[in-house]
Amino acid sequence: MDIQAWTWGIVGFTFTLYIGIAIWSRASSTGEFYVAGKGVHPIANGLATAADWMSAASFISMAGLISFSGYDGSVYLMGWTGGYVLLALLLAPYLRKFGKFTVPDFIGDRYYSDIARVVAVVCALIISFTYVAGQMRGVGLVFSRFLEVNINTGVIIGMFIVLFYAVLGGMKGITYTQVAQYCVLIFAFMVPAIFISIQMTGNPIPQLGFGSSTDGVYLLDKLDGLHRELGFHEYTSGNKSKIDMFFITGALMVGTAGLPHVIVRFFTVKKVSDARKSAGWALLFIAILYTTAPAIAVFARINMIETVSNKKYTELPNWFSNWEKTGLISFDDKNNDGLVQYVENEEVNELTIDKDIMVLANPEIAYLPNWVIALVAAGGLAAALSTAAGLLLVISSSISHDIIKKIVNPKISEKGELVAARLSAVIAVIIAGWFGINPPGFVAATVALAFGLAAASFFPAIVLGIFYKRMNKEGAIAGMAVGMFLMLYYMMRFKFGWFGGGTKDDWWFGVSPEGFGTFAMFVNFVVSLIIASFTPKPPKEVQEIVDNIRIPLGTNEAQIH
Amino acid sequence: MDKEYQKKYWKNNLKYLAILLSIWFLVSYVFGILLVDTLNKIKIGGFKLGFWFAQQGSIYVFVILIFVYIKLMNKLDKKYNLEE
Repeated sequence: MDIQAWTWGIVGFTFTLYIGIAIWSRASSTGEFYVAGKGVHPIANGLATAADWMSAASFISMAGLISFSGYDGSVYLMGWTGGYVLLALLLAPYLRKFGKFTVPDFIGDRYYSDIARVVAVVCALIISFTYVAGQMRGVGLVFSRFLEVNINTGVIIGMFIVLFYAVLGGMKGITYTQVAQYCVLIFAFMVPAIFISIQMTGNPIPQLGFGSSTDGVYLLDKLDGLHRELGFHEYTSGNKSKIDMFFITGALMVGTAGLPHVIVRFFTVKKVSDARKSAGWALLFIAILYTTAPAIAVFARINMIETVSNKKYTELPNWFSNWEKTGLISFDDKNNDGLVQYVENEEVNELTIDKDIMVLANPEIAYLPNWVIALVAAGGLAAALSTAAGLLLVISSSISHDIIKKIVNPKISEKGELVAARLSAVIAVIIAGWFGINPPGFVAATVALAFGLAAASFFPAIVLGIFYKRMNKEGAIAGMAVGMFLMLYYMMRFKFGWFGGGTKDDWWFGVSPEGFGTFAMFVNFVVSLIIASFTPKPPKEVQEIVDNIRIPLGTNEAQIH
Repeated sequence: MDKEYQKKYWKNNLKYLAILLSIWFLVSYVFGILLVDTLNKIKIGGFKLGFWFAQQGSIYVFVILIFVYIKLMNKLDKKYNLEE
């Protein structure tokens, strides 16, 4: 069977599975729609959180990013896993004890203010929309390459699938589809990795494989050697400054802990101890992919260099021309010698490769069987769809619950709210699809913005709300607003060139826009604490809420509404 | 419920957090970034140690940290009779 037949078969099977699960587990109340009725088993929630969290970026782009940046790529590995330690230790158990539906719920109640609630809703919406645009692009990319349909058609197919199971199933449907999607994506990620690891090193465990040797030379030493030859910086040592590494890792960690679609997953378990447990399981399931990604990065980098470097263009394998068609690889024979020169020096280099294709092309580069290649396509789709669904749910609950129910029309009936939730989900899918078809040029930049904003706005407000009883609404609102605007300003100035723009040399303390979230977070903390010390204490009931969320006892005594 | 009693539980929790988060900081920011060049002089198999911490070791430690916290807190909840 050829690749396309396999891909249609496997993708068709997984899509049927997702829809089947959605029908079986559709939501019938707002409680089920927003938080799956708070009855999800911690391991199931760990699986769902892992799929929710691991997006098209983790599955498709991350190994490629590391492959091209070597040690510098460590910021993604540490940043996107270390955030779970913060989540498990500082946020998840307490937010579960608080026991409402959304992150703005917590901010609004803890800071006894609708202004705080609205600020939180705005942050949640900006973060979720910027993030979901990237997922839809991922869906389009996979469809266009493997199924040879138009990117837009791919996005529309993806929209319909998500629309169907997110709108019908709500959080309950999403949870169990995400469990299935995790299984699909991890299988799809691991199978080629194991194959290639055996091929290159004889070791079936990729995590050990990339530290072992081939023909008597350690793989990493060999790669460092290749890099030196071609003029790239050594793979195992970095190019970025230490301070920037530090700040980027920080922004990704804290941003991860502050992402509303991840936090809300911990509202779906039965009790506080289950929230802790599911954070542990989630990180374990995520770590399987995240510790394999750097191995794939090394295998792919060596394979790629050895396949193309100084080889005749006309004799390159099939995958090369397949990817050329998508425009993601391009070759320009500058010196007309018919050979591919792939080097650091821009003037001599003849090959440009989009980082996004490393994972997708890797099985082809390594000559793996067709079904493995098809499996990778299904895995990429699972990763993108599961994250998109989680984000859409945050968007819809922000609108129907935080805005309509809590502010505009508190008297809305349960049924009316459920209809509003489903309608907002439909609108959110359409907007997300529109972004997927007309991707704003700044998608890559805005993902960094999403993390920066989460770090600069939510994280300090939530942590202070739990750990500092004296924290009041004045401090929290000022902190969130200052953090958010500072982050937006820096991002617009250095990414979009507004407010006079600037280059690397103008960065504050040498911190890149990607790492600036850490800085803005510190500013948020300082502003919050100073303002709070000049303004009145929070009311007694609020202090009691804080006392109450600090202990696990009595989780389900609180009323659902 | 007794306020003093709850305060003690909370203090104990904060102590665990301080210890575990110090380890979190050490394996990622210190071993993986600040001291990476020094640690890279040590090699274990094909891995330079600093590089290994940045791309592998820190993640393993993160997973262990959360499971240790789960264990410690379950015990603490039991000791203070605050389990659900």
